[in-house]
This record gives sequence, C-alpha cells and structure tokens, in this order.
Amino acid sequence: MSKEPVAVVGVGQTKHVAARRDVSIAGLVREAAQRALEDAELTWADIEAVVIGKAPDFFEGVMMPELYLADALGAVGKPMMRVHTAGSVGGSTALVAASLVAARVHGTVLTLAFEKQSESNAMWGLSLPIPFQQPLLAGAGGFFAPHVRAYMRRSGAPDTVGSLVAYKNRRNALKNPYAHLHEHDITLEKVQASPMLWDPIRYSETCPSSDGAVAMVLTDRAGAARAPRSAAWMHGGAMRSEPTLFAGKDSVSPRAGRDCAADVYRQAGITDPRREIDAVEMYVPFSWYEPMWLENLGFAAEGEGWKLTESGVTELDGDLPVDMSGGVLSTNPIGASGMIRFAEAALQVRGQAGEHQVEGARRVLGHAYGGGSQFFSMWLVGAEPPSS
Amino acid sequence: MNREIAVVAFAQTDHRRTSEELSEVEMLMPVLHEVLDRTGLKTSDIDFTCSGSSDYLAGRAFSFTLALDGVGAWPPISESHVEMDGAWALYEAWVKLRTGDADTALVYSYGKSSPGSVRDVLTRQLDPYYLAPLWPDSVALAALQAQALIDAGRTDEPALAAVGARSRTAAASNSHAQLRGSAPQGDYLVRPLRTGDCPPIGDGAAAVVLAAGERARELCARPAWIRGIDHRIEAHGIGVRDLTDSPSTRLAAERAGVFERPVDTAELHAPFSSQEVILREVLRLDDDVDVNPSGGALAANPVMAAGLIRLGEAAARIHRGESDRALAHATSGPCLQQNLVAVLEGDPR
Repeated sequence: MSKEPVAVVGVGQTKHVAARRDVSIAGLVREAAQRALEDAELTWADIEAVVIGKAPDFFEGVMMPELYLADALGAVGKPMMRVHTAGSVGGSTALVAASLVAARVHGTVLTLAFEKQSESNAMWGLSLPIPFQQPLLAGAGGFFAPHVRAYMRRSGAPDTVGSLVAYKNRRNALKNPYAHLHEHDITLEKVQASPMLWDPIRYSETCPSSDGAVAMVLTDRAGAARAPRSAAWMHGGAMRSEPTLFAGKDSVSPRAGRDCAADVYRQAGITDPRREIDAVEMYVPFSWYEPMWLENLGFAAEGEGWKLTESGVTELDGDLPVDMSGGVLSTNPIGASGMIRFAEAALQVRGQAGEHQVEGARRVLGHAYGGGSQFFSMWLVGAEPPSS
Repeated sequence: MNREIAVVAFAQTDHRRTSEELSEVEMLMPVLHEVLDRTGLKTSDIDFTCSGSSDYLAGRAFSFTLALDGVGAWPPISESHVEMDGAWALYEAWVKLRTGDADTALVYSYGKSSPGSVRDVLTRQLDPYYLAPLWPDSVALAALQAQALIDAGRTDEPALAAVGARSRTAAASNSHAQLRGSAPQGDYLVRPLRTGDCPPIGDGAAAVVLAAGERARELCARPAWIRGIDHRIEAHGIGVRDLTDSPSTRLAAERAGVFERPVDTAELHAPFSSQEVILREVLRLDDDVDVNPSGGALAANPVMAAGLIRLGEAAARIHRGESDRALAHATSGPCLQQNLVAVLEGDPR
C-alpha cells in the first residue's frame, strides 16, 4: 500500500512587520492559523493535530513555547509537536506535518511556524558565549560573506549580481501584501549605493528582522475533495543535514543541499529541473545566495547560476521566476521563513498568489536552509495530484 | 500503510548529578556507539535520525547542531530534531517509518541540568506574559498538584513516601540510576512534597534504534513492537485544569490501545511521586502491574531524555523476555500538561 497523497488546502500569513506590538505571541500565531482555516473553510474542530516550528527559543526568551501556545492553536486534547532544525525549521515542520498525513496517522493537520523577533534580540540570541568555540561573528552576515567571496572567485561572477537579486526581490515584495519591506522608491542605484556591511554584502542585500507567522492546513485525498479551493499537491519532500565545519565541506555548494534536491526530484519524477519546474521560492537571506542555490539545486551548471540571474531568467516574468513573494530578503521572521517559502510555492500552484502569481505555474519548489548551510528541507508541490 | 515497527535497541548513560567535564557530544557519543553496536548497524546504515533536546538547558541557541556532529553526519543524513523530550523524537521517527520512506531510525536525546538551576530554567517554559514573570518553579507547581490530590482525599503523605521508597528500591538493580537503594522521605522541599517525592537533578543521554517489519527481526532476537503510540496536550494554564486528573494521558492511552488487554509492565515518566498516583489511576494500572522497575524518574530524571528512557526501559524488558506487553509514558510541561503513551509487545513465546 502506497503513501497517502498530501494536499495543501489552506494557507494563512500575518502581515510581516518589524514589531507587532499589538499582539502577544499567542495572538500572532492564532492570526495566521485562523486565516489558514478560513482559506480551507474549516474550523478548529476539523484539525486533528498541530505541528509547530520556530527557530531558537532564545529569540523570544520562551522555553518550549508550544506548551503555552496549545490553547491559542486549538490543540487542547490533540497531539502537538514542536520541530526545531535551525533556519530550515519552517520547511522541516511542514514535512513532519505532511508525514502524519502520508502515513495516515491523521487526516487533517495544521502546521504553523512563527518568529516574534521584537520580543528579544535575535543577534544576541545567537551570540551567547560558548567557551572554546568561535562565536557566530555577531550576526549571520559575517559567517556567510566569505562563502559569497568564494563563490565569486570560483564562478567569475561580476560583483553586480548581488544587487540585481536584491532589486528584483524588493520589487516582487511590492506585489505581496504580506511582505515586510515595501520599498516603493527602490532603484538598482539605491541598492548599489547602500552601505557595505560584510564585504561583499551590502545593507540592501540583507534580510530584515520580522515578526510574523505562517500556517498551512494539510489534508488527505478525501479532505482535498471537500476543499473549496484548488489544492497544492505534494510531489516530493526531503531533509538533509551535514556538519557546519569540517575539512571536506563545500560551503559554496553543500552536498546536503544537492542530495536533498536530488531526493525531492526523484520522488517527483523530475529529471530536468530547469525545464520541468516552473518557479522557485528559495531561501535567500543574502542576495548572492540566489545564484549559489540555483547551482546547488540543479537549475544551472556549476559556475553558471549568476548568468540566469543576470539575464533576467529569475525575474517575476522570466522563464524561471525565483522568490516571487519577495523572499527572505523582504520578509524574515526566521523560524517562519522556511515555511513561507513552502506556503508561497503552494499558493502559486493553487493560482492563489495574487499580484505575484506566475502565470500557469504547475510545479513549484519550496526551499529552506539553516545553520551554517548545514540543514536543508525542500518540497515540490504541483497543481495535479501525484500520479503514483 | 500499517507497517510493524519495533524498538530493537536501547542504550543510556549512567545518570549523574554533574558531568561538567563532558560536553553534550562527549556525553552522547558512547551511547550512540553502544546502541548501534547492539544492532551491528553503522551510521551510514540508518535511514532517518531524529533527536530531542532543549536550548535552554544548554544555555545557547542551536545546541543540537553540535550533538549532530557526534552522530557522524557525513555523507549528509536524513535528519530532524524536536525541541522536546526524546520520546517525541521517537514519535516523529515512528511516523517516518510508517510512511515507508525509511526502514531504520536512530533516535537520541540528552540533557544537562548541572550547568544551571533547572528549577529556575523550567520557569521560562511558562506563559511569558502572565506566569513566567512570577517565577513559579517546577517543584512549587508540582506541590500545588500534590496538595490538590491530598485535598481530594486521593492520597496522603505516607502514601507518597511509599512511592518514592519503592522507586528507589527498584533502582538498586539499575546501574544507570542516579539515586539507588533506600532513600529517606527527607525534609520538605515545597509542602507537601519532601525531597523523597522529587526527582534528582542530573545529566544524561539515551538512544534507541527503531526498525520496521523483517528488518526489526534481523536486528533483534525479540523486537519490542510498537502496537500503539499517541500523545495529547492540555491547556497550559494550571488554573483551568483539574490538576488531580490527566485527561490527555487517558486519551493517548485509549488511542494507543492500552485498555484493550492488560499490560504487565509500566514505565511512567512521573518526576514527582504524586504524579505517579494520578497516572496509575488514569491508566488503570492494578497492583499486579510492575510499575517503574527501573526506578523511574524519581531515581534518574535527565530532562529531555527521561521520557525516551521510559520507552527504552520498557522495550529492554521485552528484549530480555521480562515483559510481553508493556506500557511506556512520557510527559512534558508543568503538572503533566502533555503526555505520550505507547504500548510495546514482544512476539508470543
């Protein structure tokens, strides 16, 4: 007997902003969950289990917040699980929830991820002193900048590519009402003139710190048949992990990312991702990661990813749109960022993405990564149910 | 897809008041080696890995990432982590095996309480706006529950003392336990709970290997089949719960099939003697059921691993032929807020 097909029938997000001072953490997550239920036209009683994810507890200063959030998420009397796999957690959380449906443990599951960064200070949450270990260099940019340099050296990419990505994603965000950054006066020149933070990463090529939550309702074939709007069907999903630091690590194109994508493509029957996948919601917290991940995910040969970016292929109206929603560069409630990628992929194949909809998107990849390019989670969703 | 899934191996550290000379990875590595050695498997043979731990115990973000290095995560592995007791990591792995995407899984968890004050640390898992600012610690909250139980006429202090004494006597035969042999009832810690009613504070780790179907039979002479497993959560606010009851445990037990046939063994994650009283009633355990033959959490309570250890201890009794049908229970949150129940069975002899 094969696995149960998994369908996304509801998606809900909060409007992501720097600080949601009007709601508690519980109020924030409930808002997203309520919207996902409304999208699916279901009630709390229809939900059999809740799977929740977020990045480190130090980001809000609450240990194991799922305990306190059980009431707000209608989980009382139900199973509730809390996933934590660093920056990839939003994706991993959705995959754990999907497994519950695929294994026929539950018929309909609510999955949700959030971060309310204004409750604390994420940079210092990541910088707690550890004896005999290098600190994270006061923020993630310091960690990733040398890998961007390595990519530029290896690929020969011109130093203009990073700003093209940022300019594109910030313009895409203007079409997404839930995106955090809405820079109406954005120009390429403004991105290029922004201060250098961690050479070669400029201020406008980095992600913001956001408060926000995203939720999805996942269900089985019978649940999808009852759904009021079209479903996004999961065709493949995988997680892979590798150590952060070791002698054999390729930080520009980690093997865990390549293996994870290959597993998803195998499950989905994709042999030529560049041709067979219509769009990608990619985890790009620093703009240069778009060309880097295009190669890691098999959309371009090694050293060629930047050419797709430079030639406009990844623009919203390009041949392979990337980060139609504005991406992590425009919205980054850290623990939710991965699930937003997964949820935006689902919106695209459901035809529900509004102004940032890609015409005729049938198969879309959602991608997340975390740690020092250490943890990966991805799923591929389609407009049609999987054939096998 | 109803694949049969079993616990095929279990290993744990000796649980100690402090392990300050060891990092989490150093504490965990021998356990990982031991559990793999028992099955003859190598890391590269494992289809899925899942762990449970808490950053707040380690005092730093992403604390699990270094522990993962200890698994030997290269070439890249299919891996996940829950910020929960390892019992829920086992649940996630069980689901993964049920999908058919994996045939074997390595599950581990660990916790070091020694670097800080675990009673203070656990206050940070309470509602951050209303409850946590008052710093009610885990023993004080358990004492409220114990007093409610006494007020309801369901137990008394001598009966609670008997639970503690029985647990620690049972632990005499468990070389891993932190407190072994007879223990005095002790002084009041928070009335009505005395030190003998409360768990020791300690460091420890545990690991199990799960396998599906024929693979389990290849790896273990007598696999401990997971016949049912379920978990449920209750409201967080202790003011809205009947603290003398545990409806989430009852529901999880029903869903796991506990009440279909009697069990001979029960490993209960009851860090406080009063919680064992509640769990015994809810789970309808008669006096002829061997409850916590390992000594339970009153003999060793490494936070984040103690629940997984209950599953491991129950499975190990089946592996050794000392049990045919065992119940295992894990809890999380204040006053038994969240509970997991599993039924494990050995093949008929």
